[in-house]
Amino acid sequence: MKLAFDIALRFLKSSKGQTALIVLGIAIGVSVQIFIGSLITGLQKSLVDKTVGSAPQITVSPKTDGDFILDAQAQIKTIIAANPDEIINPVAVTQGPAILKTPEKSTTIIMRGFDWKAAQGIYKINDRLVKGKLGLNENEVIIGKDLAEKLSIKIGDTIEMITPTGKTGQFLVTGFFDLQVKSLNESWILTNEETAQTFFETGEGVSQIEMQVKDVFVADEVAMAVENRLNDDTLKVTNWKEENAALLSGLSGQTASSLMIQVFVLISVVLGIASVLAISVVQKSRQIGILKAMGMHNPKASLVFLFQGFLLGVLGAFVGIGLGIGLSWSFATFVTNADGSSLVPFYIDWYFIGISAGIAITASTLAALIPAIRVSKLDPMEVIKNG
Amino acid sequence: MDNFVVEVKGVSKVYGKTIKTVALHEMNLGFKAGSFNAIIGESGSGKSTLLNIIGTLDRPTKGEVIINGVSTRNMSKGRLGDLRNETLGFVFQFHYLLPEFTALENVLMPYRIANGKADKKSQERAKEILDLVGLEKVENNLATNMSGGQQQRTAIARALMNQPKIILADEPTGNLDSQTTDGIYQLFRKINVELGTTFIIITHDRRVAEKADRIVEILDGRISLDIVK
Ligand SMILES: Nc1ncnc2c1ncn2[C@@H]1O[C@H](COP(=O)(O)OP(=O)(O)O)[C@@H](O)[C@H]1O
Ligand SMILES: [Mg+2]
Repeated sequence: MKLAFDIALRFLKSSKGQTALIVLGIAIGVSVQIFIGSLITGLQKSLVDKTVGSAPQITVSPKTDGDFILDAQAQIKTIIAANPDEIINPVAVTQGPAILKTPEKSTTIIMRGFDWKAAQGIYKINDRLVKGKLGLNENEVIIGKDLAEKLSIKIGDTIEMITPTGKTGQFLVTGFFDLQVKSLNESWILTNEETAQTFFETGEGVSQIEMQVKDVFVADEVAMAVENRLNDDTLKVTNWKEENAALLSGLSGQTASSLMIQVFVLISVVLGIASVLAISVVQKSRQIGILKAMGMHNPKASLVFLFQGFLLGVLGAFVGIGLGIGLSWSFATFVTNADGSSLVPFYIDWYFIGISAGIAITASTLAALIPAIRVSKLDPMEVIKNG
Repeated sequence: MDNFVVEVKGVSKVYGKTIKTVALHEMNLGFKAGSFNAIIGESGSGKSTLLNIIGTLDRPTKGEVIINGVSTRNMSKGRLGDLRNETLGFVFQFHYLLPEFTALENVLMPYRIANGKADKKSQERAKEILDLVGLEKVENNLATNMSGGQQQRTAIARALMNQPKIILADEPTGNLDSQTTDGIYQLFRKINVELGTTFIIITHDRRVAEKADRIVEILDGRISLDIVK
């Protein structure tokens, strides 16, 4: 083993130009894989983040419309226990439709009440509040900036709302929010939990429990675990993936095409290594012949070439990782939107890079199999006869 | 019957399938342990074929080669490799050194083929052998950075590394000038006397052959002359 390794190393060192060329070939292959991989992953992450980053990713609600979840805090404990590593930002929401009446116009809105602190996780209200302050006291609300504009409501105004059951309430507007989605800015009115519970007469009950997951792509699995944990026929658990099937199929199409590119890059790398090593078997046939004449066994002689493939793979992978990360970083830094933010955020997925490197090393070693087999068939007599 | 270290029994070698060239005709030949033998003969007479068959690098078409009293006929490639590594040393017309390695590393190669790593003892031994062939000054030169005579002497040192019973040399000085040639034959004799190594040397140099204990002449694949002094 040691001798075969040492000979492999010497062979590579002695033909530096050839070695550098193969290493460069593998490195370019690996770097393209890493670059495309991180580009696609970064793109998908930012797309998904824009879509569901500030929205609930799993929602637990009663199966029957109009029912409530009692004892929300106990339920949240049960839910989190289903997968404490993944579930984050749980918040109980009490909500309902209402009609907002102003002297000129009336419009349908949705009033949502929650504990401001708990809601910070998903909705980041503190950052989204563009004017005024949160409605901390009873019957204080904040409204979307687009709704305020449409109905010319000012901070300090009192607005009147009517529930579908005909109950009327007066509310003081303490601030405006901007959730960066126009439809929400026009239709949502946010308030504290007690105000909503009183207005919709839910008592201690809440309408639904919302949460996010650390890895958005496992939301469906986590949702399943939550459902099993709750084990309650009256509740249903939904997740963002079932509601965004079109987006997801777009993403998986993208992933498939990036996979195709990677496979072809890999094939060309393997062919390159195999052909260069095959040439090197011819170049080194005198050495192999005399080693065999001196008693080296065929498998050992083959091992010399497998080690060469392996070493080339390791070197190529390392150089390729450097190149790939550099390429991704340059792309994120220099290819920017009009406002200077990067088009695709710089994203390093070490797991993916590890897999790329591992595949490159394995492929290089396997590519050396063909030359290795040729080596084992080489008869020392041929070499010695022909000088 | 003498105690032979190498014995060739009824060995024939036929090359080619359609056009057959008979290189050796049912040859019988034995070499005594510690003897110094020369094989001579015209070019194309079958000398190299015989030596390669003795060295188990080639297999005879008929007959068998017995080394150290054991027939090599049914040995696997791996077993033959081990046999060559342990008991045979080769010196060819070309040195076949590994140009990627230094003289010392080349000499250590047969040891490393058997044992993987070269320990201190083997390193010292390799240096001693390099001293013996007069190469202590260039032991760390790459094989390519030596003169033809130095390269051939390195190849001889390599053949000696595993203390083989038999050294097989095929025109070892064919590419060297007469002064270097004399030096190398003196070296062979010295090793033969000091270590008791058996030598079988192919040469076309009559002068050299005359210094051997025994001269075997080959003609058209048959022994035409066998002189023991
Ligand atoms: N591989 C081979 N194929 C066919 N004929 C061969 C081969 N090797 C040697 N011969 C023939 O066998 C005969 C003996 O060759 P060789 O042993 O090399 O002679 P020498 O070493 O005495 O010059 C020659 O006629 C040569 O042409
Ligand atoms: Mg010859």
